[in-house]
Amino acid sequence: MSIDTGTPVGAPTQPPDGVAADLPEDAGQWTAKLRRSAVTSLPPERLMPDRQPAYVASWIYVFGVLTVSALAVVIATGTVLAIMGPTWWHVSTTGLFVNSLHLWSVEVFFFTMIVHLWGKFFMAAWRGRRRATWITGVVSFVVSVGAAFTGYLSQQNFDSQWISTQAKDGINSTGAGAIFNVTNFGQMLMWHIVLLPLVVVVLVGVHVLLVRLRGVVPPFAPAEEHRTNPAGPSDGAESDSGGVSGADPVVVAGNGTSNGHVSTGHAPGREPA
Amino acid sequence: MRTVSVVTARLVGSLIDLNHPGHYVHWGFIQMSAANLVLIGLMVVVFVGAVLIPFRRHGGGDR
Amino acid sequence: MSPVAAAGRPHHTRRFNPDRDVEEWHGAYLPYDLIKEVTVALVVVVILVVALAVVFSSPDEKPVTIKSWSTASPVDFAQTAITELDGTSPTATYGPPYNATPGASQSVFGISPESFFGVHHPIDTANDYVLAPLRTLPDRPDVQAAVNAYTSAPAAQQAAWTAAYEKAVAKAGTGANGALTVPPGAYGPVGPIISSLTSMARSGALDGALLTSRQFYGTDYTKPLLFIADGTYLANLAQSQHLSGDQWGMMNETGNFPGQAWLWLYTLWYQVPPMNTSSSGDLQVWAIMMLLTLGLALLPFIPGLRSIPRWSRVYRLIWRQHYRDLAAAPRL
Repeated sequence: MSIDTGTPVGAPTQPPDGVAADLPEDAGQWTAKLRRSAVTSLPPERLMPDRQPAYVASWIYVFGVLTVSALAVVIATGTVLAIMGPTWWHVSTTGLFVNSLHLWSVEVFFFTMIVHLWGKFFMAAWRGRRRATWITGVVSFVVSVGAAFTGYLSQQNFDSQWISTQAKDGINSTGAGAIFNVTNFGQMLMWHIVLLPLVVVVLVGVHVLLVRLRGVVPPFAPAEEHRTNPAGPSDGAESDSGGVSGADPVVVAGNGTSNGHVSTGHAPGREPA
Repeated sequence: MRTVSVVTARLVGSLIDLNHPGHYVHWGFIQMSAANLVLIGLMVVVFVGAVLIPFRRHGGGDR
Repeated sequence: MSPVAAAGRPHHTRRFNPDRDVEEWHGAYLPYDLIKEVTVALVVVVILVVALAVVFSSPDEKPVTIKSWSTASPVDFAQTAITELDGTSPTATYGPPYNATPGASQSVFGISPESFFGVHHPIDTANDYVLAPLRTLPDRPDVQAAVNAYTSAPAAQQAAWTAAYEKAVAKAGTGANGALTVPPGAYGPVGPIISSLTSMARSGALDGALLTSRQFYGTDYTKPLLFIADGTYLANLAQSQHLSGDQWGMMNETGNFPGQAWLWLYTLWYQVPPMNTSSSGDLQVWAIMMLLTLGLALLPFIPGLRSIPRWSRVYRLIWRQHYRDLAAAPRL
């Protein structure tokens, strides 16, 4: 559809690439509001930044992305198992190999996730309005344990027989056994390949977006730095101050919004060192 | 074709067979399989390594 | 004594807490190629997983069937079957969600979620495991007669027969072709009932009957699994693979494979009093784990615990380059 240079009188303009001109009369639209909110909080350069704060310089930082990569391999190998059906890996050597890939990618997934958890704990990564990031991380871990559990139940071998007949006691005691029947292979398989992967992927997605939104948590201030701010921490131990400039500390207001305010924890941009 | 299937069978089999009775470590009331212990030990080693091994940045270098 | 919050709209300010708050970064940013990093990470993980799969493969122990169980251990099968018939088996006395046995539900501080949710997967062990499967046998008038004789007898007579049989079957053996042999006694129709059930099990017909008792396309293995688990055969196999609860088995895998090491804390509670001996041990452990999980999730809100990272100073190792830079930078 081409646009005339001479626009008919009274007709709103529509640029050829389809991007709305953000006309005042459209500002109330849900679409416009949602788009504006999304683009404001996560513009492309924050969604896919090419820079990180200088303190992001440790191998511990790679364990998040290793965990996500392991999850991708878990899903990919699980997809192959799903394509061929639950019996395949019992009767085919190639199937057994794909099952091995799936099992070991799960072991790598939990391995890297726990190392990531330890690192984030020792960095107190929930500081500065990053509590939701921490919480989504913990919930992802718990749901992943559930996803792995339903996977072990879906093996259709001795291991799944034992696990199901034992685990039923714990789950029944909570009342959840009324709905979540671990000895029901069909149900457990569907939880394993449909419901729980969906939840894990959504949770991990939210978790990663939160990291992009808030930025990587800054370090604790060194103990040697003396606070001039009268509201220094009462315990006299470490306070927090920013970067090389040594700017006065600013309190993060707990109910502030992400509006470009310095306390909201997003990465401003591309200043050189 | 036979060579291919032999190679594939070799590849998809296992080089180290773990399908025999496991080894277990008893320490007080704790019992753990050697395999799990190795895994957990590796996690600690990897964590310590990740924290201690220097991370060289491409942009910044060793400042 | 609240510090002034920087700029703009009024915020409700509060004291800076280094374990909760942070001053955001105003310093240097350096190039960091995230997409390259994720690509490298993916390649590394794929190579690692392929290597592990090639070197170690994965376990696949064949499942126990009612056929394999009753063939390997017909006495254990018969002992289990008689407890299903007389309603004393673990499944028969389980309570919700399988049946409404009084006093069987677990509770903590008087709260019993099990009882609250009730019976959702009803199992009548005498009928489901013994009588109904036998009724499906064609061309066996002797079996049908025994079943009829049992079901039409008064409860007291049934109890007498089953009690006598249960005593005798403890001394049972196997005959020429592995068939069950029980010393003769006053068990009425119970003898032929259990013997024919054992034969049905050894033929494989009982596996099928239990799976498809409700519908042709069975994917719910609850009935056969609970029956197998009521015996000792499955548990003995598990014990030999170090999978029992008191062996920290929850963490383990068959053979020499690593298992679910992340379940270490969950299984730990099963080893310590009072959970290790309590009849409500499962619910107690779940309650503890739910509390601890909540604690982990809400760690940012818990004073003291959330200070551990700062006190332990492990961060000084992680951010040592940053602290070196700070020390070297001229003060403004």
